[in-house]
Amino acid sequence: MTSTNKDPILVVVQLTGGNDYMNTVIPYENPLYYDNRTTVGIAQEDVLPIGQGLAFNPTLSGIKNLYDQGKVALINGIGYPTPNRSHFRSMDIWHTCEPEKVGDEGWLGRAIRDLDPKAENVLTGVNFGRGLPRAMALTGVPVASVAVLETYGVLTGITPEAERTQALDLFSRMYSPIAGTGHVMDYLGSTGLDALKGADILKTVPDLYQSSVEYNDSVIGRNLKGIAKVLTANLGTRIFYTQQPGYDTHANQVPTHKALLESLSLAINDFYEDLREHNTSEDVLIYLFTEFGRRVRDNGSGTDHGAGGLAMAIGDPVKGGIYSEYPSLAVGDLEEGDLKHNFDFRGAYGTVAEKWLGLDATTIVGGKFEQLDFV
Amino acid sequence: MAGTDRALMAHLLRRSGFGATFQELDRYCELGYEAAVEEILHPEQQPGIEEDVLERYFVDWKESRNIEAAMTEFVYRMNVYAGSRPLQEKIALFWHGVFATGLAKVLHEKTLLNQIDMFREGGLNNFRDLLLGLAKDPAMIFWLDNNFNHKGAPNENWGRELLELFSMGVGMDGKENYTEEDVKEAARAFTGWTIDDDNVTSLPFGKIPWLFRYVPEDHDDDEKTFQGETGNFNGEDIIDIIVKQPATARFISRHLYNFFVADEPQVPSWQHTPPGNPELIKILEHEYFSSNYNIRSMLRVLFNSDHFKSQEARFAKVKSPAEVVVGTLHLLGDFKFPKRTIFETALGCRYMGQDLLNPPSVEGWHTGEEWIDSGSLVERVNFVADQVGNINQPGVRAMVDALLSQATELDPLSIIGGCLEMMGHVQLHEKNKEHLAAQIRTMLDQHSAFVAGSPEDIESAEKTILHTMKMIGSTREYQFA
Repeated sequence: MTSTNKDPILVVVQLTGGNDYMNTVIPYENPLYYDNRTTVGIAQEDVLPIGQGLAFNPTLSGIKNLYDQGKVALINGIGYPTPNRSHFRSMDIWHTCEPEKVGDEGWLGRAIRDLDPKAENVLTGVNFGRGLPRAMALTGVPVASVAVLETYGVLTGITPEAERTQALDLFSRMYSPIAGTGHVMDYLGSTGLDALKGADILKTVPDLYQSSVEYNDSVIGRNLKGIAKVLTANLGTRIFYTQQPGYDTHANQVPTHKALLESLSLAINDFYEDLREHNTSEDVLIYLFTEFGRRVRDNGSGTDHGAGGLAMAIGDPVKGGIYSEYPSLAVGDLEEGDLKHNFDFRGAYGTVAEKWLGLDATTIVGGKFEQLDFV
Repeated sequence: MAGTDRALMAHLLRRSGFGATFQELDRYCELGYEAAVEEILHPEQQPGIEEDVLERYFVDWKESRNIEAAMTEFVYRMNVYAGSRPLQEKIALFWHGVFATGLAKVLHEKTLLNQIDMFREGGLNNFRDLLLGLAKDPAMIFWLDNNFNHKGAPNENWGRELLELFSMGVGMDGKENYTEEDVKEAARAFTGWTIDDDNVTSLPFGKIPWLFRYVPEDHDDDEKTFQGETGNFNGEDIIDIIVKQPATARFISRHLYNFFVADEPQVPSWQHTPPGNPELIKILEHEYFSSNYNIRSMLRVLFNSDHFKSQEARFAKVKSPAEVVVGTLHLLGDFKFPKRTIFETALGCRYMGQDLLNPPSVEGWHTGEEWIDSGSLVERVNFVADQVGNINQPGVRAMVDALLSQATELDPLSIIGGCLEMMGHVQLHEKNKEHLAAQIRTMLDQHSAFVAGSPEDIESAEKTILHTMKMIGSTREYQFA
């Protein structure tokens, strides 16, 4: 692989619902794991060992494969002080970097602003999903939220295509500046034309894309494929965001979690292969996170909300390995039955922002936090 | 009533509610402006929905097991009442924006929906009572940590926001309205105001709404000095002192103006930015005191003021996402009973940037032009175009039929004029009217311009009208209330 020396790109994947850390990276040599995980525990003979007494869940063979090539950094025990076990609140904290008060600015919104201060490219930030994740929210920062790439755009409900083309033509006329109508009308006008521009650019993407990689069919697979299409079209997008929902495995965890991790692992592997095929894998860092890990002791069917969790950085720019320590499972070391976090997530974001995107981490994560060397 | 008065009535209904259908406008115009204002100001005298019937057929409809379901209930109620009790819903939305409380932290849908109900029932009454209700509201107590506000160990969160965001505001006319000492003393006065711990869990009986509880042993009954007054104040005393401050009159007046009349700069800048219309604010402040803090009286003065009725105030506000969603739904005449599809429709508010019951912070949503970014604008445009283009919706059918019955021959400008009127007297800029007319002319050239003719003629006329409504719904102008 030769480096293309392009601008670094970040792809953030949110595992929504609280991914069970202990069943993703398994401390399989620790008898306490099996004491606590009588129902959902993964048998020692099935796991995929990676050293230091840790192993991947057997369904993660795709990610394990990348790990073996030194392209996966595991950030153990990631979290924040006084953990909140509410999905909403905890996710909010991860999005805004504000554990103490309710914040309304997203860390990636700030990163996009710093990457493109004049908002010159309407596609600097692209989310695959409906609505804007708070992580990307910041006044004055345009972000395109794409539910489905092929149908993204303005007035998508108008058919047939000829009629829609006419409608869009009229739309752009009606959003063009009209002297003397005031700055709010002007602002709406330029925003409408921006949206049209973004949609116009994105419209060309599916036709440009060619790949021999056949993505596994799943929500996360489709979204990462959409990202690959936009990314390889070189539109100047620097930050992509998407999520894989469903990790709230209170009940019937074994088959559910297995299916989730399997599609995640396949999708990540497909995505990476796709980037390689397009000779751009060195430009992309994939960052996976979840709002919290799950309770150490299972509840007889699944696991309840916990604290300290796992983040992963994946890709060619990543220095693979095991970072930060796996939290102790000993009863005395737990915090209300949960793993104690031992690495602040803002340090991991800071690492990505500073060492990968080349930005000042302090403003983005709201302070100075210990960083890691995974980039 | 003359045409201009009809436009004024439409303006009144856009602000006091979510816009009016042409049939509703007929009725309001017969009443006359001041009588219409009076009717709107008394939603409680208008018919309600039959909750018992709803509960019989939709047993779990109020279960609100998650934030999306709670948001759906909120949108459903706004829509179902938009015709009969518009201001009841509008004032609830108003106070939800001011007293912004969020499920991100509260996590208890029923408790927060009870807070919204309190705004529906008391939002037009005495501001002192409302503030007291808010101080005792379990969702608010939890949201701002007053359950951690203990005698000897005060938590200032509620005390501060009560002053800064809910009543006085940081400052006015460039000066500060209260001191840090005031915040501390207010917090002390509310020690012991907490929630009933027994109801915090949701198992095994589903979610039982939380209740307010006063714990006298945890209340700091020592002397306090607040806003220059000294005494062994309890929370209620603090509220009594707050409501008589000129700063409170100003703050509430500006909020009403910002929500009902014209977009103002964002709230944090009010200390240093004078009101857009100082005269009307002065009148509202005066009414605040002379009516003994009555919100209904203030709104009566506001709606009847020359400034509110003037052309200047028309379309001087960017619609909030809830106004876009509910206003459009109201035109359609759909969802009079709960049905599954309202769920996705209600989520439109979230996609447009107003996650109801989950504001971005205690400061609520930034309003006006800050509602708009490229993503949210796309959502608005597509939402409205998709909805008003659906001929199967009874309201759309009625609008189309009414337009078809008005003319035997349709020309572009009369189609546009008719559609604008039907959609709530939207005003399109002359230039945009020309652009739209040019396109309609092409459409009409391709088909017949005559409606009186064959079924094909009628079909093509219908199609043209629907297209026109879609395009009007996608304009910048439609984003203004």
